[in-house]
Amino acid sequence: MSVATLKSDDEAVQKPTTPVHRLGEHVFDVVAEIGDFGFFSIQAMVWIVRKRVRWSVLVPIFYEIGVQSVAVVAITGTFIGMVLAVQAHHQFAMMGLETRLGSVINISLVRELGPVLAATMLAGRVGSSMAAELGTMRVTEQIDALTALGTNPIQYLVVPRFLGCLLLIPLLTLMADFMGVIGGAVISTRVMGVDSFAYWKHSRDFVEWLDIMSGVFKSFFFGAVIALISCHRGFNSSAGAEGVGKAATEAFVLSFIVILFLDFVLGLGWNSVYRAVWPENSGLL
Amino acid sequence: MTQDAADLSTDQVPGLIELENVSMRFRHQSVLRGINLTFHRGETVCIIGESGCGKTVLLKLIIGLLRPTTGVVRFDGVDVAKMTSEELVRLRLRFGFLFQGAALFDSLNVYDNVAFGLREHHVCDEPKIREIVLARLQEAGLPPGLEFKKPAELSGGQKKRVGLARALALDPEVMLYDEPTTGLDPIMTDVINELILQTQKSHEKAGIVVTHEMKTVQKVADRVVMLYPLSRIDRGDPQVIYNGLADGLDRSPDRRVHQFVRGEAGERLREMAQNRDHDA
Repeated sequence: MSVATLKSDDEAVQKPTTPVHRLGEHVFDVVAEIGDFGFFSIQAMVWIVRKRVRWSVLVPIFYEIGVQSVAVVAITGTFIGMVLAVQAHHQFAMMGLETRLGSVINISLVRELGPVLAATMLAGRVGSSMAAELGTMRVTEQIDALTALGTNPIQYLVVPRFLGCLLLIPLLTLMADFMGVIGGAVISTRVMGVDSFAYWKHSRDFVEWLDIMSGVFKSFFFGAVIALISCHRGFNSSAGAEGVGKAATEAFVLSFIVILFLDFVLGLGWNSVYRAVWPENSGLL
Repeated sequence: MTQDAADLSTDQVPGLIELENVSMRFRHQSVLRGINLTFHRGETVCIIGESGCGKTVLLKLIIGLLRPTTGVVRFDGVDVAKMTSEELVRLRLRFGFLFQGAALFDSLNVYDNVAFGLREHHVCDEPKIREIVLARLQEAGLPPGLEFKKPAELSGGQKKRVGLARALALDPEVMLYDEPTTGLDPIMTDVINELILQTQKSHEKAGIVVTHEMKTVQKVADRVVMLYPLSRIDRGDPQVIYNGLADGLDRSPDRRVHQFVRGEAGERLREMAQNRDHDA
């Protein structure tokens, strides 16, 4: 027996050496990753109906996602409304339309900025935290320990987080909307001197329940993708502090991109439905 | 290999766990190749070998946490890879697994960690769970009051003992120990070895212990299997280079076994120097 480096055994799986090989392998990895994410998501959906999550597991996660996010979402929402008022007031005043500020600020808030920025903030606060927590569990073999104890880790770890994001992010979005409306109104009427009655009248004339619902509708999808992407990144975290950090970063970046993409796609879809149901209002969109 | 050892590892006796021509590869790296091993009821087998030779992977293949690239892992004659998810859950409940870092759940206290499997599988009511948990913690030599602490508040030795208590809570048939004494001082190492020995004797379980620690081998092993890293052998050489009794290690004709047992790094250092010269 001679001690030698292994050559022949791995002939079939030698590392790619040319740029073409590397590109091919990268494409293969991306496709495999997407497939894995799809399978992971389907498993999460199946486990929602297959086994009920215990309240003792659900409540701390709901507290972490919901209650702990209230302050940050409220601050975000308030500042969105305030910044919108500051930026839009000058332009509207030049045209003598400052009393219309309420309609512009509030419709922007409830349809787009509230849901998207609240989701972005939560992808950072909740999503990264989930990815880091699950990533740490992966590298310290806690996820393997769950499996070894006969518990499905997707059912135990992913389903409660998915439910928490799915149900609480829309509620947090409503709160961001509300705080934004208040922030915008305070700056417009108290600082910029816009007539309060006109501000609220135009707001009421332009902002409909459907506008608010369109934002909430999107936030359900945002909540779902934040949970699934973050948990998937955590589950696939590589070893070490660097791997966990990378998983947390990837969770935020991917969630943010998908939120923007979904906002676009769902916005198009929502408008199509709106036009089909109320063709006389199409001009307002 | 001695005659006794040959008898222990013979295929004529149906094994509880059988690995047949098992190979495992992660992307570009082969870890195990063509492994054939049989583990019997009631025996404690130590698996030794250099870092990276696939010892932990072997344990994870046995319990179905990983699937072999090729080959078959059988438990009680049934192919683990062909089991349904429900069958896999039932299989895993027949194992207790003490992980290398104990792998205690950070968010739960010691009591809830040990009670985890009992609660998840509705084995018994809460008073009975309490009775089992406290008994297991006592068996593991942990003082009363420790059950309310979080894993982060425990020492390395305490974590391992809680991990052992958790692994034993569901009264498994087979115990898997992944480097149970790594990172512990000599006294705590001996405590853990003694606990393993007591567990194996009092519960009459089969046990597979992955370790680098020769004291553990001498103390607990009925049989020893030594794996050799794939990266250091030629094609065709078997990766299992010792499969016999613990006291036969010294009589093994294979010098690699002696080098490992005695911790002799001479050949490895020469090899590293050669590689440096070659690179230069």
